[in-house]
Amino acid sequence: MRAFTYERARDAGAAARAVAANPSAKFIAGGTNLLDLMKIEVEVPTHLVDVQDLGFDKIEATRDGGLRIGALVTNTNLAADARVRRDYGVLTRAIVAGASGQLRNKASTAGNLLQRTRCPYFYDTNMACNKRRPGSGCAAIGGYSRQLGVIGVSDACIATFPGDMAVAMRVLDAAVETVDGTGARRSIPMADFHRLWGDRPDQDTVLKQGELITAVTLPKPLGGKHFYEKVRDRASYAYALVSVAAVIQPDGTGRVAFGGVAPKPWRVEAADALLPRGAAAVTARAFQGATPTKDNAFKLPLATRALASVLAEAKA
Amino acid sequence: MPTTTELELSRRGLLAGSAATAAIVAAPVGAAPATPRQATAAPTLPVRFKVNGERRELSLDPRTTLLDALREHLHLTGTKKGCDHGQCGACTVMVDGVRINSCLSLAVMHEGDEITTIEGLGTPDKLHPMQAAFVKYDGYQCGYCTPGQICSAVAVLDEIKRGVPSHAQDDLNAKPTATNVELRERMSGNICRCGAYSNIAEAMAEVAGAKA
Repeated sequence: MRAFTYERARDAGAAARAVAANPSAKFIAGGTNLLDLMKIEVEVPTHLVDVQDLGFDKIEATRDGGLRIGALVTNTNLAADARVRRDYGVLTRAIVAGASGQLRNKASTAGNLLQRTRCPYFYDTNMACNKRRPGSGCAAIGGYSRQLGVIGVSDACIATFPGDMAVAMRVLDAAVETVDGTGARRSIPMADFHRLWGDRPDQDTVLKQGELITAVTLPKPLGGKHFYEKVRDRASYAYALVSVAAVIQPDGTGRVAFGGVAPKPWRVEAADALLPRGAAAVTARAFQGATPTKDNAFKLPLATRALASVLAEAKA
Repeated sequence: MPTTTELELSRRGLLAGSAATAAIVAAPVGAAPATPRQATAAPTLPVRFKVNGERRELSLDPRTTLLDALREHLHLTGTKKGCDHGQCGACTVMVDGVRINSCLSLAVMHEGDEITTIEGLGTPDKLHPMQAAFVKYDGYQCGYCTPGQICSAVAVLDEIKRGVPSHAQDDLNAKPTATNVELRERMSGNICRCGAYSNIAEAMAEVAGAKA
């Protein structure tokens, strides 16, 4: 790990200013992904700003009947919150399908959104990777790509966003609240938060340097039945090959997003509208224009089957 | 053939030497670092926390993980370093009552925290009930992952008691119980290469007062 200096921030404005002022500074909360990457020198911050004292650790009701989840709420506490379990089951299900108990106790809501891809070529500093080192090429294209993206990818990068929590938040139309070094605040719809790689795969999200996530808001509950179906290589503690987050209403309408397939939680609203016509109709629309490799082409039928399983359960 | 000198190398020295060699081999092939390597470490920082009820004060390189602080600075070597990347669970300790991977947490971020390691659970003369159950049910073979397994197991039973949900639950709003399926799901962050899993689950079930 490279040497860095460390400070424990007292307020959000000071934290944002400190990171905005130094292009190689980073915020640290749970640190479970950042430290992992610092150990192999994929991440090399020269300064860390610890945000654990900023007080963003509560889940509060909002005036429009939704919830405001503090950026520092741990994955465990978010999944366990009685309101989340009752009204946003897809979110609890997604969180407990990810990582391990130890990691969920430490990982924060904001950090979970900012976790980086698990593409093996991103982790292996001997390999070309446009995400890790812009312009160096992509060793994943033509390489071992079984776990990588099938849609929304580019000629520069075929990595996926690896998380589960954000896939549920996409179905729920969550928004990410931030504050920057100048004190300006904004609310970013989850749909726009993660970027498609294009020719800048080094940029995972639309956040600017020093822009600090303060909360994630959920609109009022949708009702319906909530599902998170995750298909992976082992029964627990593995990344998704394909995951399906869905909220299905009694009349068969609903919403669906897919994980493990793209640079971001993959939801196509026009495909949602096809839910009453069955899984194949939905995935045909949601994955229109997909560019799988021969190693990960299996993800397309797998997505259809995982969704079919959810829809069968919704009818039961 | 290895020479006598090589044979006399301590295991620790050999491992450290191998790691250094690996780093040297990797450096020229890998991508050139975007920023030049700093010759000196950042200044050390003070940190105070409680470990197993005892106040400790250290001055640490900010890079020091909680795991390395416990093992290398406080010489509490019960907590083990397996993968050092949060994948194996050998480094599991409890901080303020919940289990975490101590390898993925900076020691300086634990100012004021209360940390419990395997040394704080029981002693050879007075085993923690979970330690006694691991012995009774042969919940280990080589023993390397065991301190992490036991810390995790103790914390898992507490999580079930507090109603923390898991992937194994059909009904998210029901209170979880210590069934075999629940225990296995909740222990998935602790790897045992000897494969003592079924005995670990039985040991946990006995402590939970349930049938495995």
